[in-house]
Amino acid sequence: MSDVTIPQPTRPWQRKRQDVVRSAVSIGAVGVLSLVIVLFTGFAGVDGWAVTVFLVSVLLIIVRGRKMSVKERGNAKVQLFITAAALLAFAPWISIFGSVLVKGIVGLKLNFVTSDMRTTVPDDELNLGGALHAMLGSLLMVVMATAITLPLGILSGVYLTEIKGRFTFLVRFVIQSMSGVPSIVAGLFVFTTYVSATHGPTAFGGSLALGILMLPTVARTSEEVLKLVPDDLRSASLALGARQWRTTLMVVLPTVRSGLITAAILGVARVIGETAPLLLTAGSNTAFWFNPLKGPIASLPIYVFGMLQIGTEYAVNRAWTGALVLMLTVFALFFTARKLGGKDKR
Amino acid sequence: MKVTTVSQRIESEGAVMSNTSAVLDTPEQAFAGLETRDAHAWFGKHHALSSVSLRFPAKSVTGLIGPSGCGKSTYLRLLNRMHEFIPNSAMAGEVLLHGVDIYGESVDPAAIRLKIGMVFQKPNPFPAMTIRENVISGLKLAHIKIDNEDDLVEKCLNRAGLWKEVKDRLDASGGSLSGGQQQRLCIARSLAVEPEVLLMDEPCSALDPGSTLRIEETIKELAEKITVVIVTHNMQQASRVSDYCAFFLSDGGPGVLVEADQTRKMFTNPTDTRTADYVQGKFG
Repeated sequence: MSDVTIPQPTRPWQRKRQDVVRSAVSIGAVGVLSLVIVLFTGFAGVDGWAVTVFLVSVLLIIVRGRKMSVKERGNAKVQLFITAAALLAFAPWISIFGSVLVKGIVGLKLNFVTSDMRTTVPDDELNLGGALHAMLGSLLMVVMATAITLPLGILSGVYLTEIKGRFTFLVRFVIQSMSGVPSIVAGLFVFTTYVSATHGPTAFGGSLALGILMLPTVARTSEEVLKLVPDDLRSASLALGARQWRTTLMVVLPTVRSGLITAAILGVARVIGETAPLLLTAGSNTAFWFNPLKGPIASLPIYVFGMLQIGTEYAVNRAWTGALVLMLTVFALFFTARKLGGKDKR
Repeated sequence: MKVTTVSQRIESEGAVMSNTSAVLDTPEQAFAGLETRDAHAWFGKHHALSSVSLRFPAKSVTGLIGPSGCGKSTYLRLLNRMHEFIPNSAMAGEVLLHGVDIYGESVDPAAIRLKIGMVFQKPNPFPAMTIRENVISGLKLAHIKIDNEDDLVEKCLNRAGLWKEVKDRLDASGGSLSGGQQQRLCIARSLAVEPEVLLMDEPCSALDPGSTLRIEETIKELAEKITVVIVTHNMQQASRVSDYCAFFLSDGGPGVLVEADQTRKMFTNPTDTRTADYVQGKFG
């Protein structure tokens, strides 16, 4: 009846803390050494920095590599290659986000999200006017586009995975080729069939064009998540005497609810930055326009585009701020999609 | 008749946390070189296995028995470092192979898994490979070169008792075999890298009785050359196939090793009353 003292849980397979600290210290040392070199020699500017950091890193790698055994060195080589490739792949992303952030933050004041351009011209100071109308316009069109596309997309996903009808091949083929349609073509299509036949550019026309672009994304994502539903669940429901449509409606679709929400979010993220189709179908405006069936409406991408066209200092500032807001919106959408998508898999 | 549940009995005896240390190797049965000392396992905060000390005898079959959730599979996975692939898992204590702690700093886990092979519950031949390629896949994956692949394929399939059935279709996909054949293919695949120890995690629980019988015969033949450790929740299987048995139990807390001995003794005259209850089918 002896009590056993329970030892501390350990994870011998993880990297030792001192290794992690050592890596961090050496990366810091590379930074400091490069700074010193850049300060005291002729190297300057971005190019000088890049060359210095590269050379110092190579030096560090050689020094550390000398202490390793052959096997460790082989491992380290691959690790180094992968890390370098990852940094390289990350660089453009950092660069884009960095420049948008730096240039866009200038105009990101409270009035940017609370007022519109009704009484302001683009050349006014940045504490006047804003892009509220463009944000609301984008929101309205995206919501309408989602309302049109989500049922269609989910239904085609259901057709492909649940009904598996005679036209499965055709539907899949059409969806796949639709995802390759250039956005301007979608815009032109809506322009000729709807916009020019009715009252000119409207919010509804814009959302039709966006819907065409959203549909393949939503349909394919829905199909993928519906494929993940185990057949056992369908069998269980059918064996309870349920009809197929009840099974789909009450068992299959609720199982992947968060996956379907992810599909919608991915679709929205796909179209929220589209500019070309909206130029033709939605037009632009200086204030929010409430009637979606009549009259042009502003949207964020068109706002950015318009401000850039004007090209004066404050207008360009406004454009960068618009781009920043757009980008943050897309990030927020993707983040939410990932959160929700992760929930299904547990 | 008054019936006491197992957990009540465990509480009354207060012996769950006792530090059972079992030595299965005897002067007649040599030591396999594999032992654990005071081994613990955790999944996150959940303490799954507590203080298991066990020495395995060579060239024999050791069965790990116990009800589900008693930590026997966890213990098995601890023996060839498969435990660490489960997120948030942790361990303590020592697992020694020929006196070397396999969780030591300078140990290469891939080399350990080459010496201590594993067969899983569900047959898992590589679907993209033919039967032949499946058998020699371990060598290819570990960059081991051999002179005569055909001989090795035949030898391993023979030892796994599959050669006669597949010798005419070695280039068929591994997935074209029946469940029992697939599992024997997996055994042949593990044998190709010549492990010292073969761990089997309920290798028959997904198979029909006929296939189970074939696999059990194979296991007995294997034990003439190597050490086999098999997890099973089927007591009949343990009594049929194993030479030694280790009984694990959990009362809701961490699983512990209750008793380990020769299978015959465990099933006829166990020391611990809980073992007696389990092998007689009173619970579990």
